[in-house]
Amino acid sequence: MNNTYELPLDEAGYAFGFMDEYAKKEVRRAILKAICIPGYQTPYASREMPMGRGFGTGGLQLTLSLVGGNDTLKVIDQGSDDSVNAVNLRQFVQMTCPGVDVTEKTEDATLIQSRHRIPEKLLTEAQILVLQVPYPDALVVVEPSEARRKTMHGEADYSRLLVKLYEDIVKFDEITISHRYPTRIHGHYIIDPSPIPRWDVPKLHQSKALILLGAGREKKIYAVPPYTLAEPLAFEDVVFSVEDFRDAAGIRRTCSRCGTADSFLDEFSNEAGEKTYQCSDSAYCDEQLAHQTVHAQTTNTEVAA
Amino acid sequence: MGYVAIKGGKASIEGAAAATDYLRASSGKQNQSLTLDAIEGQLRLLVSRVVSEGGLYHPKLAALAIKQFQGDTLEAAFALRAYRSTKPRLLETPPQNTVDMRVIRRISSAFKDIPGGQMLGPTYDYALRLLDLGLADENPEDFRAIARHFLADAPENELPDSFPKVLDALRTEGLLPPLKPVAGAPFDITRQPLIFPVPRAAALATMARAETGSLLAIAYSNMRGYGDVHPTIAELRVGYVPVMLPHPVTGEPMEAGEVLMTECEVVAMFEGDDQGGKPVFTLGYGACFGHNEVKAISMAVLDRALQKGMKDGAANPSEDPEFVLLHVDGVDSMGFASHYKMPHYVTFQSDMDRLRTTQAKAGIDTVRQKDTV
Repeated sequence: MNNTYELPLDEAGYAFGFMDEYAKKEVRRAILKAICIPGYQTPYASREMPMGRGFGTGGLQLTLSLVGGNDTLKVIDQGSDDSVNAVNLRQFVQMTCPGVDVTEKTEDATLIQSRHRIPEKLLTEAQILVLQVPYPDALVVVEPSEARRKTMHGEADYSRLLVKLYEDIVKFDEITISHRYPTRIHGHYIIDPSPIPRWDVPKLHQSKALILLGAGREKKIYAVPPYTLAEPLAFEDVVFSVEDFRDAAGIRRTCSRCGTADSFLDEFSNEAGEKTYQCSDSAYCDEQLAHQTVHAQTTNTEVAA
Repeated sequence: MGYVAIKGGKASIEGAAAATDYLRASSGKQNQSLTLDAIEGQLRLLVSRVVSEGGLYHPKLAALAIKQFQGDTLEAAFALRAYRSTKPRLLETPPQNTVDMRVIRRISSAFKDIPGGQMLGPTYDYALRLLDLGLADENPEDFRAIARHFLADAPENELPDSFPKVLDALRTEGLLPPLKPVAGAPFDITRQPLIFPVPRAAALATMARAETGSLLAIAYSNMRGYGDVHPTIAELRVGYVPVMLPHPVTGEPMEAGEVLMTECEVVAMFEGDDQGGKPVFTLGYGACFGHNEVKAISMAVLDRALQKGMKDGAANPSEDPEFVLLHVDGVDSMGFASHYKMPHYVTFQSDMDRLRTTQAKAGIDTVRQKDTV
């Protein structure tokens, strides 16, 4: 390189949405294809983002390709808007997409990027949910080769996955898959719905919102379009079940903060070694609290750590 | 009890950045900020590694990335890649010919003498790995004198600008398969995903920007016995390749600049061609930005192994294109290894649910927790 060359120090400004326009166009084309073939893993080139592969770069590329100046964005990780990774992603979008509003309220968002959770609050037709995906292929637990998996998907050959479920039942009397539960979309492709808990899987079924899944490192985009069949893999006599939040006495546990009994709960141990439970979805928890008036406000201020 | 979830993200992130920068600035008595020139010149092999793994030939930005990420090659290469994502691809370069390389070093282990001669050039190959304590406190005067003396002592240059390729001689003798023209545009891994089976061009491009250690490990498995490439280095050359681009108006090729590259061509066991012609040696090719000899050799060995695997089926991991090509990218692999540090509370909660349910069914006496609710 030329010795007299100087770094262009004024070049730090990035284009809207960080990626160059060709890259965004490519992602949008992949999204359209993914919607047209529900559950099909559409390959795309996938750009490197300025955060680690595995930190949501697939979801981020979807978000950056979709977001416009009139959008309101919500970013959550583990159900929380304020987790380090959610903050990081949200700040990056704010930095590179001036004019985009952000919110923590599920109902106010037009675009929601999430890792590991689907909001408790029912999504609407006006919303798009973007899920971050580490492993896009449900078949990877039974077949390591991507080339062979592609053939299996094409032929809807999911026998080995069913055998895995069957072996689980033989060995443990229970299907042991906890999250990333294989789910059949529109009667054909079985997807890995990202590491959402089983609790969230029924929310995919006939969802009013478009659900897009992006795997940046594995370079795949797939979709559960609105009002589409999404059926978790199970047997006629062994049905799919979500996480069980009942205590030893069979009583449904409630959130220790807002008292709700219909949300996915995080488990905590306090100093005395006792277990407590709180809503994983922080926006949902806040909303439940707001309904209860009086002492709710004071608890809320303890939030900041 | 307040909301104990992962709150306070923003302050934590800012604090972490400040602490990291403190460590960069606080160490040492001198407290001098590293200049990019010093990094580019004195840590040239580090810069080489970063431009190569970053897949972007920009030594200045590589030096900046090395400074910013405090010498972490994975992070520095990653930063170059992310920078690259913001740039459109403006044109495709025509194939560049490495015969025109302005060579600083070229060797062959196949022949004692090669057309143009062996040229050891800058290498540690035959250096004794004895620590040179004289470098610990180098006098600036002496330091500057090194380059001055070297140039003063250098003989008036009778070396040619470029050298013939060793492989060309072997090819003339009929020991190598003839060159086949490659049809169509090269596979651009930055614009197309790998869908297996992939063409050799895609494999070469993937390995050219692969993480050095990952390539080396898989190539070494082949060298040791999980495979049988048994390479002989026909030629390893390091130097500056002129980058020829078509003139935007006339279309005539013109030199746009030059890039430092390492290129390695290995000859391996011979095989007959498919049409029953006479047997010829097989080849493996490695090339990457910068001065990275171990990487270029590893790549050449793996290219040969992969060509064999593509033809006959993979008998070893190093011959399996999917296994090799999907596991050698440093940005991908380090990103995924790092992501395990992120919260996985939800999935772990779900794991516990499965284990407890299974334990209960197995009749194991699970420890019952006291519930506060």
